Amino acid sequence: MQPVDTIEGRAIPFGAANVDTDVIIPAHWLKTVTRDGLGKGAFETVRAKPGNVFDDPEFAGASILITGDNFGCGSSREHAAWALTDLGIKAVIAPSFSDIFSGNAFKNGILTVELPQEAIDRLLEVAQTDPIAIDLGAQSVTTQFQDRFHFDIDPFRKACLLDGTDEIGLTLASGDAIEKYENNRAGALPWLDTNRERAA
Amino acid sequence: MASRPRTLYEKIWDAHVVDRRPDGTCIVYIDRHLVHEVTSPQAFDGLRVAGRKVRRPDLTLAVPDHNLPTTPRLAADGTPIPIADPQSAQQLAALERNTAEFGIEYIDANAPEQGIVHVVGPEQGFSLPGTTIVCGDSHTAAHGGIGALAFGIGTSEVEHVLATQTLLLKPSKSMEVRVESELGPGITPKDLILHIIGVIGTAGGTGHVIEYRGPVFERMSIEGRLTVCNMSIEGGARAGLIAPDDKVFDWLEGRPFAPNGSEWDRAVDWWRSLATDPGAQFDKSVVIDANDVEPTVTWGTSPEDVAAIGASVPFPDSFADPAKRTAAANSLDYMGLEPGTPLAEIAVENIFIGSCTNSRIEDLRAASEVLRGRKKAANVRWAIAVPGSGLVKRQAEAEGLDRIFIEAGFEWREPGCSACLAMNPDKVPAGERCASTSNRNFVGRQGPGARTHLMSPAMAAAAAVTGRLTDVRELLR
Repeated sequence: MQPVDTIEGRAIPFGAANVDTDVIIPAHWLKTVTRDGLGKGAFETVRAKPGNVFDDPEFAGASILITGDNFGCGSSREHAAWALTDLGIKAVIAPSFSDIFSGNAFKNGILTVELPQEAIDRLLEVAQTDPIAIDLGAQSVTTQFQDRFHFDIDPFRKACLLDGTDEIGLTLASGDAIEKYENNRAGALPWLDTNRERAA
Repeated sequence: MASRPRTLYEKIWDAHVVDRRPDGTCIVYIDRHLVHEVTSPQAFDGLRVAGRKVRRPDLTLAVPDHNLPTTPRLAADGTPIPIADPQSAQQLAALERNTAEFGIEYIDANAPEQGIVHVVGPEQGFSLPGTTIVCGDSHTAAHGGIGALAFGIGTSEVEHVLATQTLLLKPSKSMEVRVESELGPGITPKDLILHIIGVIGTAGGTGHVIEYRGPVFERMSIEGRLTVCNMSIEGGARAGLIAPDDKVFDWLEGRPFAPNGSEWDRAVDWWRSLATDPGAQFDKSVVIDANDVEPTVTWGTSPEDVAAIGASVPFPDSFADPAKRTAAANSLDYMGLEPGTPLAEIAVENIFIGSCTNSRIEDLRAASEVLRGRKKAANVRWAIAVPGSGLVKRQAEAEGLDRIFIEAGFEWREPGCSACLAMNPDKVPAGERCASTSNRNFVGRQGPGARTHLMSPAMAAAAAVTGRLTDVRELLR
């Protein structure tokens, strides 16, 4: 994962609530065996309508998406995060996120920023014409109009994003603890190991 | 000294913590990992790139389901019929290749045990009470119906579990959904879970694990419990579970991966100890009166857009929340519905009975009970019944249910995810309506422009007979 620190630039003022993963990337785009190229299918049903924010030249090259409550609800498809990355999105700002989506975003170095609806409303307004800046270290979202919104983030996620941590490598470093757990489990709950002759 | 009373969720969580970091993040052991073709190829690639192995192939089971066509898979001479869509074929081939390379048990598309991963897991006894179960699919929540802590994960987490057999997690909050009293005649677990989602909303369970409690669930069949827990994710909860009891143990005993001999007795003793202790505290509690649950359908494009079949399409202005008003207006536009129209007047052209929510034997029995001796209405263009697994299909055929479906004008298909999501040839045409037993009515979910009404198998069968959304109780009298 690439380290994340500050993200600054234009933001797409999407604003919709309960945006589900089928909207972010419809299922027919999920037949890929790679992580690349999903930006083409991102928000396909939204982009079918003329005048949508995603195809507005004003927001070309935007690195931030501002949206409504419960963003990313629905399926566990990480393709939703990959599609955003392919669009160039590095951070999503919303009042709340679905649990699985925010995890998937985090693992792909996409920062999910939770702010109250009033702050979202203000940022949607600013984003129409001007850039927005996110500072992960300072946990702040600012504009050039002196707006400053503080956001909370899980300290583990913050540290991983700032360092670009390889989570699997981190866990593998606890290999001894995992092995110890497995040995205890084999004694206490032996039926959980399936590597035995199965019943006919 | 007695320990603090704990919930079912806390007991399973505590039993799986390998290590706890100072910031509270835990390494949590995963007992069972189910893998399908859509969310795994990039994970296996990640392992290859990093030169990593699968830590516990013996705790991993793979089965194809999302992409597989549900039309016949073998030619008359017994050879497999190639998959027409090259991308689907590529993804299915990747699963077969990856499982062989990494030594993971793979249920072939033509094996009798093949089916939807969330039907196969419990059916094989691979999913067990008190276990942690993950799969790269949000409907993994289903396995909570047998008392497991089961949740969907993304592909990076699939790779993490393959490499380490653990996940890095923080504990969730706990939420009790307590259902008081009894469901009325003709009211099914699907009606109940749709009703619950209508009450709590699609973000109601965000950050929480739901435990469904109350006498309704004690009386409910295992199939019904799997249906309820399956849709926990539509209520925003990553997992939902029900305390394992004798019904679960009887249902699981003798299944291929279930413990046997003296280990069975030890397992049952442990499973019995998992029920939530008296006095345990939940972070959130919702009480539902089962008497309020009617045969329930969705009218919009969010699973929380539910109404009793006797109601009418709502007026967007009837919602207090401005965001919900806008969403409802957009939903009705997409669904082609006028506010105030009685739901029972909405005509449907397509019927889908299947999906990981409602494709088990009890679901097929409930639908065929309604269809017996009846035919689908003239305006119903396409009706399919898709068993959740090859074993469900065989059981249904042994009971003669396939004949009832076929005589009613349904197509009787091979197992798979089918028309639940537009990833295989089973799609609903744009602008047409589908009475569907699946779990999501999102825009485009069953195909671009398709209009989905979620409901129970019995209600979908009733809609097939009358050609419109129908209170199934009228046909059961």
